[in-house]
Amino acid sequence: MRNAFAAVTIVAIVAGMVGYFLVLRGQTFAGHALSHVGFTGATGAVLIGLSPLWGLVTMTVAAGIGMGVMGERLVQRDVAIGLVLAFSLGLGLLFLHYFTTYATQATSLLFGNVLAVDAGTIWTLFALSVIAIVALAVISRPLLFVSLQPELADAKGVPPRMYSVMFLAIVALVTAECAQIVGVLLVFALMIGPAAAAQRVTRSVTTGVLLSAGTAAIAAWLGLVLAFYSDWPSSFCIVAIGSAEYLLCCAIAYNRTLAV
Amino acid sequence: MNAIAIRDLKLALGGCTILEGVSLDIGSRDFVGVFGPNGSGKTTLMRAILGLISPSIGSICVLGRPAKRGNSSIGYMPQGRETATSIRLRGWDFVASVVNGHRLGLPTLNRAARREVDRVLELVGARELADRPLSELSGGERQRLMLAQTLVGHPTILLLDEPLISLDPRHQGEVVGLVKSLQHEIGATILFSAHDLNPLLGAMDRVLYLGSGKAAIGTVDEVITSPVLSRLYGSDIEVVRLRDRIFVLSGNFDIERHAHRHDHGSKDGTTHRIGVRHV
Repeated sequence: MRNAFAAVTIVAIVAGMVGYFLVLRGQTFAGHALSHVGFTGATGAVLIGLSPLWGLVTMTVAAGIGMGVMGERLVQRDVAIGLVLAFSLGLGLLFLHYFTTYATQATSLLFGNVLAVDAGTIWTLFALSVIAIVALAVISRPLLFVSLQPELADAKGVPPRMYSVMFLAIVALVTAECAQIVGVLLVFALMIGPAAAAQRVTRSVTTGVLLSAGTAAIAAWLGLVLAFYSDWPSSFCIVAIGSAEYLLCCAIAYNRTLAV
Repeated sequence: MNAIAIRDLKLALGGCTILEGVSLDIGSRDFVGVFGPNGSGKTTLMRAILGLISPSIGSICVLGRPAKRGNSSIGYMPQGRETATSIRLRGWDFVASVVNGHRLGLPTLNRAARREVDRVLELVGARELADRPLSELSGGERQRLMLAQTLVGHPTILLLDEPLISLDPRHQGEVVGLVKSLQHEIGATILFSAHDLNPLLGAMDRVLYLGSGKAAIGTVDEVITSPVLSRLYGSDIEVVRLRDRIFVLSGNFDIERHAHRHDHGSKDGTTHRIGVRHV
């Protein structure tokens, strides 16, 4: 249980921060697709006898860079992303078909199994999170510029494409981490829900990012507590709390507009 | 010295020639209105001046040097996009994202940078927009913030791509007046593209009209004439003056209509047809 708390805290904070920029850039669907590609990577890794986490990381980062290189035209094209998403999930299923010994493997990959996280995994998650946060901090200023005013940034010599590639690589890394906690199907809950909630009630970047990370951490903690007392799956509890937070923030934002 | 000197320029996009054999000079501190049918190369020309598109043939000199990407003496206002309407960041943060935007690191600003944000907001009279979220601003207010972004870093040339798009006449007048006052206040050369020349009649010093790959530059009286515009449109164009307004009339209804629809994807095809009245 202590391992679980440590793991969700680490992952939720980094997911909230990265998610803020993902929502700001309107690339949430791309983030979702990345997690599905991760499923192929994880199952593929299991099939050839490697650790699923590293399969996840390798595949999502490769896919993230690929999406970034192909540019916004692809990233914002629903059909292309939807197809990639479906095909990766299908491919993952095929890999599992050939590797039937672990029946529970599929479920834990798809829906996460935070209680199974061991100390070694926590250190891996911690290291990956540090890399992701440092990388995000380093590129955050130009990333914000290219996200808000891509043409102007381009004219000023800040290449939007390059930052898009770097950012999607970071997203991919964090997606792989999230998949460890809530599974590839529910990555949205940690990465998008809290970030979207934070953006409804904040107006500046710094408070938005911090609130997003805080909201994600609270969702993860409350989710674990709820799972502990109710014996419901932890992923469900985290997703439920995350969704509730989003609705709450919408209500707060709505109230504010009424008050004005 | 001329602010912008273009010699025998050919610009092509994806194998399609946009401008060819264009030579023109834009004087320092001139307010130039840029007009022409959709697809005539207004945006392409601006992007070439910014160094984002390289000339196929010919040259573009900006303040005596060849056009180069990342030129800090040019302020650029790209055509407004719909995405900004969903962003809930406050105006101050939106403008601040441009200051030092090329530097790596956290988006925190030192005192000088914060002063720069306040300065440009002051210049466009947008202090009161600083604390309001972008998503709650009107089109005119958002244009004003984008204009503020353009002024970051003390540019001496402003390239404004369709700042009047989707604004009502009153707000159009406000934006034109604001840009005109900036021309004097910061001593800037201004290229201002638009579909309708009437809102700019009192403000602009010269007209740059693009069409059929060619360009004509001069005063309103020199350029907005039937022979010049007929050459640029490649069809018979009539220029009618009604009190202090000018109407450019074309008999070729269908071609124009489709051109407008095609380029901006406007839903009704009517919003951009103010300048060129079809009979």
